[in-house]
Amino acid sequence: MFSAFLIKYAEIGVKGKNKYLFEDALVHQIKYALKRCEGEFKVTRTDGRIYVHAMSDFDFEDTVENLKTVFGISGICPVVHVEDEGYEKLAEAVIDYVDKVYADKNITFKVHTRRARKNYPMDSMEVSRELGGAVLDAFPQMRVDVHEPDVMLHVEIREKIYIYSMEIPGPGGMPVGSNGKAMLLLSGGIDSPVAGYMIAKRGVKIDAVYFHAPPYTSDRAKQKVVDLAKQVSKYAGAVYLHTINFTDIQLYIYDKCPHEELTIIMRRYMMRIAEMLAEKNDCLGLITGESIGQVASQTVQSLAVTNEVCKLPVFRPLIGFDKMEIVSVAEKIGTYETSILPYEDCCTIFVAKHPVTKPNLNVIKRHESKLGEEMDELVRKAIETDEVEIVRWHSN
Amino acid sequence: MEVYLDNSATTRCFDEAAALMTRVMCEDYGNPSSLHRKGVEAEKYIRYAKDVIARNLKVNEKEIFFTSGGTESDNLALIGCAHANCRSGRHLITTQIEHPAILQTMKHLEEEGFRVTYLPVDEKGCIRPEDLQRAITGETILVSIMHTNNEVGSLQPIAEAGALIKGMNPRILFHVDGVQGYGKYRIYPKRMKIDLLSVSGHKIHGPKGIGFLYVDEKVKIKPVVFGGGQQNGLRSGTESVPAIAGMAKAIEMIYGNLDGEVEKLYGLKRAFVDGVRKIEGTVINGHPDETGAPHIVSVSFKGVRSEVILHALEDKGIYVSAGSACSAHKPQPSATLRAMGIPSELLGSTIRFSFSVFTTMEEIDYTLQMLHDIIPMLRRYTRQ
Repeated sequence: MFSAFLIKYAEIGVKGKNKYLFEDALVHQIKYALKRCEGEFKVTRTDGRIYVHAMSDFDFEDTVENLKTVFGISGICPVVHVEDEGYEKLAEAVIDYVDKVYADKNITFKVHTRRARKNYPMDSMEVSRELGGAVLDAFPQMRVDVHEPDVMLHVEIREKIYIYSMEIPGPGGMPVGSNGKAMLLLSGGIDSPVAGYMIAKRGVKIDAVYFHAPPYTSDRAKQKVVDLAKQVSKYAGAVYLHTINFTDIQLYIYDKCPHEELTIIMRRYMMRIAEMLAEKNDCLGLITGESIGQVASQTVQSLAVTNEVCKLPVFRPLIGFDKMEIVSVAEKIGTYETSILPYEDCCTIFVAKHPVTKPNLNVIKRHESKLGEEMDELVRKAIETDEVEIVRWHSN
Repeated sequence: MEVYLDNSATTRCFDEAAALMTRVMCEDYGNPSSLHRKGVEAEKYIRYAKDVIARNLKVNEKEIFFTSGGTESDNLALIGCAHANCRSGRHLITTQIEHPAILQTMKHLEEEGFRVTYLPVDEKGCIRPEDLQRAITGETILVSIMHTNNEVGSLQPIAEAGALIKGMNPRILFHVDGVQGYGKYRIYPKRMKIDLLSVSGHKIHGPKGIGFLYVDEKVKIKPVVFGGGQQNGLRSGTESVPAIAGMAKAIEMIYGNLDGEVEKLYGLKRAFVDGVRKIEGTVINGHPDETGAPHIVSVSFKGVRSEVILHALEDKGIYVSAGSACSAHKPQPSATLRAMGIPSELLGSTIRFSFSVFTTMEEIDYTLQMLHDIIPMLRRYTRQ
């Protein structure tokens, strides 16, 4: 019965003169999400509203599920369209709508009319009053409450007449693409995809970098990261995934630095490389899945030492989350099952039994200085051999 | 150079088998159950395949049932016999080193109320007949023992076990998982007192998705899939004629020169074992000589994780299997290696090399050379 959706957005409505940029991004993301749905759709913007019109048969549940992945949407209102064939026909359509949508008629309601087409013979107040009366006549159990109605029955008079009353909550946030781009350090664990999701929710477009260490990590581990990036792209739009071969750098650190500092020094190099890639690719920040105290390399001291190499802001949306909280988001966005596949990532292969938990920046810097120019060369080579692929949720 | 040494996982299909399959798929594509000529043409391939297999096993053609492979054959044998014979008893016997197709099916039957005894093995991976003798009770209805172990190539005393079982109680059924042994050994069910034998096509250079179960005509067995009543009602579903024909062709070819091929495989095995022993810190699991299977060598490399060796060899074009799936997060050491009592520090460092008729001495030499280079390098970088 529904043939369109009215898309409501909250935060982006208040962004002043930049509003159109936000709306453009939102429309773009809605179109991206609808590519996954069976059916043809047209997305229109009229009078500060975004409508999704179904141009063919479509699967209602599936369409709503996909619209729920679009950040920036605060509510999704299924709409019934009727041709304007005079007031009598409209009243019939409204009564029919109420009958089908509300099985239980023991509810209060109010009709709210908006007349975008001003040449309609009745004014908004009149239409609301008359339709309210018609509904009451048809369903005597229903009552009018103009202050706090259970059901707000919207009637919008345009070329056609739109009827809607339900609002399905959207994910909120801001449309991806409305807030610049950042580089996500994607490992294959539980945390980093969640971090990417959360920053994307604030409208940030995501590029991702993965550190690959063959033969210590396998092609399956790489595939797992691609699968995770794909899951993130369901919400964040197409993700450019960079794969950096990290083996030589890691082995070189292993040879030159104290073993218990391997992880922290390695992470400093990951941040350096991620930042160089970010700058090359117009990213304005880095994103990590770090959370204070989760592992040795995420104590406050370790985070401070890792952070020291970066000029760009590092976004750590999970910093105050407990593991269980992160897991519950991972389950919600569908990355958890992939994340727990048991392939080694490059952070764990050489991890010391007792890595430093309170690294001293000066000590670390002194040991790092032993790596010398040879390390600069390895880093340069790693960036040169960066492999990029575009990961999208849908294939076309 | 590309060297495929994972032939216990699967093998390259013989060209002749693939060519025959193409012909069956594109020309003689009829349904063997159809009454018209096209159906009869297709049925001829099934007759041909049954003839090849029956002559090879020295059994009756009626005792051959085609399945989708080793796993289905094992499932049908165990579940079908357990259900058909549960009134005589509810006790089953198998070994600790079986393939998951057996172990998981046994677990399923345990959930249904059957009792299962899992026989231990010695340090070479072989069961002891006295353990089997002790395990048999008046309640026992079926014994399932694999012919050749898939991880270390240990050979089980099948004929001895068959004689022992039937000597104690001729009504106990004897199933043999022959997936790794068939194509390397001559297996004669009647002589070895085997009532049911599982075989897979793709381990012997045939196609994937096909296998058969030999079922002695005296065996009471119930189907586990239902439908159009093909294959005497024991395994409904249109027969995969191309795959059946391909498998039969592969069997003909393998057994056409079995002695020569096996001798060649043992030659490769000897050279490989000798070469591997020259690398420090290696342990050969199972039988390094001709008392073990000709095509499987299991090696533990002290101090290196098997996954890393696997990928390092992959990088050189050499494909092998990790003896046990193992990672830092979820150690799942192989049941076979544990049952053999392999020390825990070696469990995660085990690689299986498995050969086939396509393997050459040149490939063995290349692999040994690469191992000599790689292993010391990998030992330098480890967790501390």
